[in-house]
Amino acid sequence: MFGQRTGAGTNRRGLTEAAPVRWLLIGLALVFLLLFLVIPLVLVFAKAFADGLSGYGRAIADPFTLAALELTALTAGIAVPLTVLFGLAAAWAIAKFEFAGKHVLVTLIDLPFSVSPVISGLLFVLLFGARGWLGPWLQAHEIKIIFALPGIVLATAFVISPLVARELIPLMRSQGSEEEEAAVTLGASGLQTFLRISLPKIKWGLFYGVVLCAARSVGEFGAVSVVSGHIRGQTTTVPLHVEMLYNEYQFVAAFAVASLLTILALVTLVLKGLIEWRLTRSARRVEAGWGV
Amino acid sequence: MRTAHQGVLPGFGLAMGFTLSYLGLIVVIPLVALLCKALAISPGRLVQTVFSARALAAYRLSLGAALVGASINAVCGLLLAWVLQRYAFPGKRLIDGLVDLPFALPTAVAGVALTSVYAANGWVGGPLSRLGIDVAYTPLGVIAALTFVGLPFVVRTVQPVLRELPPEIEEAAASMGAGRLQVFQRLILPELLPAVATGFTLALARGLGEYGSVIFIAGNMPGRTEITPLLIMIKLEEYDYEGATAIALFFLVASFAILLLVNVFSLRGEHRSQRG
Repeated sequence: MFGQRTGAGTNRRGLTEAAPVRWLLIGLALVFLLLFLVIPLVLVFAKAFADGLSGYGRAIADPFTLAALELTALTAGIAVPLTVLFGLAAAWAIAKFEFAGKHVLVTLIDLPFSVSPVISGLLFVLLFGARGWLGPWLQAHEIKIIFALPGIVLATAFVISPLVARELIPLMRSQGSEEEEAAVTLGASGLQTFLRISLPKIKWGLFYGVVLCAARSVGEFGAVSVVSGHIRGQTTTVPLHVEMLYNEYQFVAAFAVASLLTILALVTLVLKGLIEWRLTRSARRVEAGWGV
Repeated sequence: MRTAHQGVLPGFGLAMGFTLSYLGLIVVIPLVALLCKALAISPGRLVQTVFSARALAAYRLSLGAALVGASINAVCGLLLAWVLQRYAFPGKRLIDGLVDLPFALPTAVAGVALTSVYAANGWVGGPLSRLGIDVAYTPLGVIAALTFVGLPFVVRTVQPVLRELPPEIEEAAASMGAGRLQVFQRLILPELLPAVATGFTLALARGLGEYGSVIFIAGNMPGRTEITPLLIMIKLEEYDYEGATAIALFFLVASFAILLLVNVFSLRGEHRSQRG
């Protein structure tokens, strides 16, 4: 209803500011963005290519960089599917059923959002570290969690755990469950109902959650930094590799590797834009179809 | 109306069971471990660590810089949301998408990029340092980093409110001869303030715990530019598990308390503006 009012649609007197004021405000907003977003973004690529293409290629093809890329991909490959399963289960329970203590559960799911990444990592050191609760037992059985892949995956899983559930709970709730109930009443099994009816309805929201999770798990720094131990080539993820290169004054290499993460972030933004466009379109279709 | 009728749909037991087990293993047990570890520390040692001069300076910097950063974002975020929602200018779509960059960009990348930009020989830091303003390796650097990570919050909370604002009020006020500034102050701003407060709180929460983007630009001098998460990290690297645990628990509880307080205040403000 008010959708037409955006942009220059309101040039009538008294409903918008005088042109100089308008341009002044636009200018101020752009200066702010330039200082904090655009210049740092451009700088990453400028520094990455400071030694030309060959310097860039050398930094990327470095065995330690490749090992870091592999570790990051592996970590995300384990943590993201786990988080998706958790998000689906939590959203199904919370959006489709009524039970006591629902608010407590939702608060608990959101909790990792407000825990500092460093503290998130610390939690797992206290549990599994050499001097943690399970440390002696793990050492006796020669199981390595801290300063190894399992610790990195756990810390990442903690940090990204709310992301899918946060997307799916409001979406599933707004869609209601009439269709699922009809399917079950007509004799469909639970799994059939979920796969054929629920999943297609939430697919864009789910995809959105996966994109957020993937971006966050690839970029997670503080929590992973605590549990990683910074063993080059073994427990350094890509962001940790950037940190180590930077601290060794290998700026071209640091920014070359950072540029990979930046490209990934830009791809994330494009995907996010696309999905939001799809979501608003399907939301409008729902409004038109059922007059909600 | 839209809630499910219990009993018709299957899978509650399975979904709930998995949710609780996963949450228990990944979130609850680790948090309980922190609590137990902290309780095992002797009270004297606990107080000594939590209120040491170095720790107090770190809390002050973390809270102060997060408050300033969130305040900058409250003002600039409101401006950005307004400009993006109300005016037309070339490249608007692109800029609107770019606002989310701090959500997507890994914090370590933001950290090294901001440090290079704001260092005394950097693109922006150079001119600033000739004016006598040093950003990198000072508390200003911490504020710059926290402004970056909190940038999208206020924009994204204010934009939808601005979009849904009925134009009739503004039209009526204008037809009765109200000036544009008056309309903004009396009619539009009160509608937007609750959203600004929400965005401010989110940016504050993010800023309090932020680590990756800050440690490169801060310089990390104990007592001066050392944020609390870094102090926890240093304690851990020194194998001072007790110290790290004590500071972490205190900082966690204090952050929750501050956010709760801010929430209560902004809720009260919302009620007042609704009544007024």
